[in-house]
Amino acid sequence: MVELQLKVRRGSFSLEIDCKFAALWTVAFGTSGAGKSTLLRMIAGLDRPDSGRIAIHGKCVTDTEVGLSLMPGKRSTGFVAQQSALFPHLSVHANVAYGLANLNEADRLKRISEMLELVGAQHLADRSSRSLSGGERQRISLARSLAPMPRLLLLDEPLSALDADARDIVLTRLQGWLMEKQIQTILVTHDAADALATEAEVAILQEGKLAALGPARIVLATERQRLLERLRSN
Amino acid sequence: MDWQASALTLKLATITTAILLCIAIPLAAWLALGRSRWRLLAEAVTVLPLVLPPTVLGFYLLVALGPRTGFGRAMTALFGHPLAFSFSGLVVGSVIYSLPFAVQPIVAGFGAVDSSLIDAARMLGASPARLVRTVLVPLASRSLLAAAILSFLHTMGEFGVVLMLGGDIPGATRTLSLVLFNQVENFNYASANRTAGLLLIFCVAALTVVYARPGTLAAGPAIDGDRRVNPHG
Repeated sequence: MVELQLKVRRGSFSLEIDCKFAALWTVAFGTSGAGKSTLLRMIAGLDRPDSGRIAIHGKCVTDTEVGLSLMPGKRSTGFVAQQSALFPHLSVHANVAYGLANLNEADRLKRISEMLELVGAQHLADRSSRSLSGGERQRISLARSLAPMPRLLLLDEPLSALDADARDIVLTRLQGWLMEKQIQTILVTHDAADALATEAEVAILQEGKLAALGPARIVLATERQRLLERLRSN
Repeated sequence: MDWQASALTLKLATITTAILLCIAIPLAAWLALGRSRWRLLAEAVTVLPLVLPPTVLGFYLLVALGPRTGFGRAMTALFGHPLAFSFSGLVVGSVIYSLPFAVQPIVAGFGAVDSSLIDAARMLGASPARLVRTVLVPLASRSLLAAAILSFLHTMGEFGVVLMLGGDIPGATRTLSLVLFNQVENFNYASANRTAGLLLIFCVAALTVVYARPGTLAAGPAIDGDRRVNPHG
């Protein structure tokens, strides 16, 4: 469970959230500029709120009142951003190995192989990360973030460069694996179809505020209707 | 040609550059990535030798390293002799004098590394030292080369600090710049021409090496081929 009470102000943008994400799979949905990515960065510890508190699985990781802000690497949290951010001077293998410093060589190799298989990229292990396509880069970025077995996974439109079919395949396989490992996931998207495709809890963000939180079919009923009407008119 | 002074100058520049890189890399990482409120003050102090007259810096170092200050006495105890008017003293002075030439290119190089890569390394548990070693240094290698060459050349050509702090002791503190000054003072223009020519050729050759690697002085991140390196090493 992720508990949030935070306030952030950056120029004309402000984010004010007070909620709990309890479901294993939560989709944060909203238009561009709604504050989705900022929210994930706050949970990850990459940015600090002006005021507030964040707890992950009962452990307080940020508390501005007492000046607590646990380092990103100490939160047992994985983060995959849209731009993939692979280390360009390292191979695919070395990228996935980066977060596995605490494993011995045999376990590390096994984990890398498992992660690459999960995202359907075993054949890319020896490739240069610079030679990959956008979709391949996103798969490797996902594998790299999952490799240390985080307890919370934050996904910021992580598969946007994949075509719809490939995205569905990876997402389905990923969801099954995350459920099996009981890794809580918060997925950010601006695409209502992504949110509706999963039986998830959905949080709707609007102009930096939480507008709704609940099951996808209820919270996104209006969006669902709009999408169905568009399909019919086509 | 004063080969003793040439060798001493090269030795001084080499030692100074090595020490500077050891200091400048962590300092530049802190300046480029740190959030401390002292960062701006530290950056200003780092750049100070660029605008301070070398004689002023030399004078203060002479006083600071002398027997009248606690620091000077501690240094004397550490090295077994006073640092003023010694080669060790010249190294200390050169390191301070050339500090901005090492730090500034590296700060620019580290600052040019994509922040999402830094975020990724932090999310994957990299300590600040590992982040610098495995991400910033490889990606800013051109900036490091520029910093090393600029520091080396700047140390080779320094005059004011050397004269104030080291005097002009053959074999101990007499560098090529001092030799050139002495030759001109004695109206020995032929020798002065040879000494100046040697310094000029060396500087042009070194800068050619810098410019032969595109982007080195632009201080952008370098991606020199792919390396399957051990990121835990």
